[in-house]
Amino acid sequence: MASSLVPSPSTSFFHTTKRCHKHASRKIYCSVAAPQQTQRTPSTTGSVKTAMTMTEKIMARASEKQQVRPGDNIWTNVDILMTHDVCGPGSIGIFKKEFGEDAKVWDREKVVIIPDHYIFTSDERANRNVDILRDFCNEQDIKYFYDIKDLSNFKANPDYKGVCHIALAQEGHCRPGEVLLGTDSHTCTAGAFGQFATGIGNTDAGFVLGAGKLLLKVPPTLRFVMDGEMPDYLLAKDLILQIIGEITVAGATYKSMEFVGSTVESLNMEERMTLCNMVVEAGGKNGVIPPDSVTYKYLEGKTSVPYESVYSDQQARFLSGYRFDVTKLEPLVAKPHSPDNRALARECKDVKINRVYIGSCTGGKTEDFMAAAKVFLASGGKKVKVPTFLVPATQKVWMDVYSLPVPGSGGKTCSQIFEEAGCDTPASPSCGACLGGPKDTYARMNEPQVCVSTTNRNFPGRMGHREGEIYLASPYTAAASALTGYVTDPREFLQ
Amino acid sequence: MAFFSSTATVPQNLTFVSSNKLSFSPSSTTSFNFVSFPSFQSKFCKTITSSPQITRAHAPPTPSTETTTASSFHGLCYVVGDNIDTDQIIPAEHLTLVPSKPDEYQKLGSFALIGLPDSYTVRFVESGETKTKYSIIIGGANFGCGSSREHAPVALGASGAAAVVAESYARIFFRNSVATGEVYPLESETRLCEECRTGDVVTVELAENRLINHTTGKEYQLKPIGDAGPVIEAGGIFAYARKTGMIPTR
Repeated sequence: MASSLVPSPSTSFFHTTKRCHKHASRKIYCSVAAPQQTQRTPSTTGSVKTAMTMTEKIMARASEKQQVRPGDNIWTNVDILMTHDVCGPGSIGIFKKEFGEDAKVWDREKVVIIPDHYIFTSDERANRNVDILRDFCNEQDIKYFYDIKDLSNFKANPDYKGVCHIALAQEGHCRPGEVLLGTDSHTCTAGAFGQFATGIGNTDAGFVLGAGKLLLKVPPTLRFVMDGEMPDYLLAKDLILQIIGEITVAGATYKSMEFVGSTVESLNMEERMTLCNMVVEAGGKNGVIPPDSVTYKYLEGKTSVPYESVYSDQQARFLSGYRFDVTKLEPLVAKPHSPDNRALARECKDVKINRVYIGSCTGGKTEDFMAAAKVFLASGGKKVKVPTFLVPATQKVWMDVYSLPVPGSGGKTCSQIFEEAGCDTPASPSCGACLGGPKDTYARMNEPQVCVSTTNRNFPGRMGHREGEIYLASPYTAAASALTGYVTDPREFLQ
Repeated sequence: MAFFSSTATVPQNLTFVSSNKLSFSPSSTTSFNFVSFPSFQSKFCKTITSSPQITRAHAPPTPSTETTTASSFHGLCYVVGDNIDTDQIIPAEHLTLVPSKPDEYQKLGSFALIGLPDSYTVRFVESGETKTKYSIIIGGANFGCGSSREHAPVALGASGAAAVVAESYARIFFRNSVATGEVYPLESETRLCEECRTGDVVTVELAENRLINHTTGKEYQLKPIGDAGPVIEAGGIFAYARKTGMIPTR
């Protein structure tokens, strides 16, 4: 651990260095305390190297440099480029315009194309956009294209996956030490695998399609140390809402967020993905979690591409550090209309709600549905008081919801528990209403309503209607709220 | 990439010089803002030097010639607050429009900032219009936060905005602005969103890093562009990469 961090006793949350200012500057500066380094003369070592953080190491390796520092602008080799139906067509357009109509992508095995945003809609342009992806993949012989043709029945499409970030993980495209870029802000989700993963726009993606590399600035790293046994009413969503509420929506702008500590180590991969997923909501460039046995176990059988994990050096410099004892935290929500508008769930118990949405890359994974089912189960057979929309992120998640037994239920599946609780039938996997979408998107908010959602953003109009009010929450909190019709702390049912 | 100066003093029969990346063909039907400029300009005698060069990322390709950079922007400003996220700049339902298709590019422009709440009583693009009368957007902190959608700076540029002057930016939006050349992303030293009002006439002098509000008579310091400078000066990421030999020239 960097010497700039000093553990402190009983406070539940504090940070050791100066509070991040709301208006984050893009300038890079050193950490508060200089790291202790052994004084060695150059002649004895041949070179003097400064310790690096995990993000710096990944970027150094990807740019074939021995050493990089925060602030360096480097040409970085890309291991995987991901795009989807919303940004793919535009990226392809730029690629063709700049590299030529007959140009070939830099590596047909490193481009992963995943339709997921506007799929189950009658919107002609949306459907056309998937066709554009297909034409390109045929022309370029793209190895990984998770196509969908039959919109009336997602199961009739053997290749179709669903939400890109979850598909990337499930299909083994996320590997420690690599660089993954995607035309989506939540590409940072993949940082859970100990890789550098960040979102880019169409022009940058068009560039990568042809060149296989991109000019990137090395970010300094903020370190978040989470220790303590995770209480059984908290989920990773609560942890990241805590952090965003603390540092604000611009607190990590141009920075990397590294998550370490015994609590992080105890999280499974999907929970780690949730943590890294909302890094962008704090303005963060990327998030990283050191790979360990949990990572390797998840990766077993998913990829045959060799990978090499990297870890922050002992003496690495961090911009600042935050430490918290998770046993002191409580279930949270982010109130309208900002992900940093943090509040305790229990303090919002008078907020009447109209609907609950459980889905998206943030809160629509298998573990998220298992968590929601756990609350419904613990309620002893209560029924939801408001329409409760369930949108599994991918085909695999959908299948898990219908096949995996929920612990303590006597063999029931999530789908059975959801049905008994009166939830809507789990829908076709996609990004769904997380970002509104075409007007006929399932569960889109077309009227000004109050919604508790396991998604990632709640800016005005995010789920459709400009005056809709979205409370971001964990799957536990979302399920508890569905049962009461008000924003509800899940301890009402879990304890 | 070059950014035009939107002033009615520039003649209508402009010769458009094109860059090797972003350009309008001289035969382009979009002669944009120059046609529909508001009448206020006759009241303000300040004329700004500008390059006749207009470059936009998604225009049809043309033979390459030299770029020249604009030295200033001039026009009405539109003021927004903090944390204007990409859903407010271009709501998700419009993302089926593909920016690299010229007609869809124009449509995106007509929806620029349509997601702003009703508390913004003056709309950025009047209903029924496809272009804005505001060439400079003045924002608060964390402008462009949220999604990575490049449709956001594209919509602003397609609507006719030339520059954004914000207190600070979210990184993907800033990057996309630089990469596309759609809007020039400038940073102010102070909270201009509290000093200026929608409809004020402003000039941005790039070389001097200065914003002049003609309506209030005040001047403000802007921050230098920083690391993005060489990329913008080269004409965008593709031009920069060709210039530095990272990708072959066409």
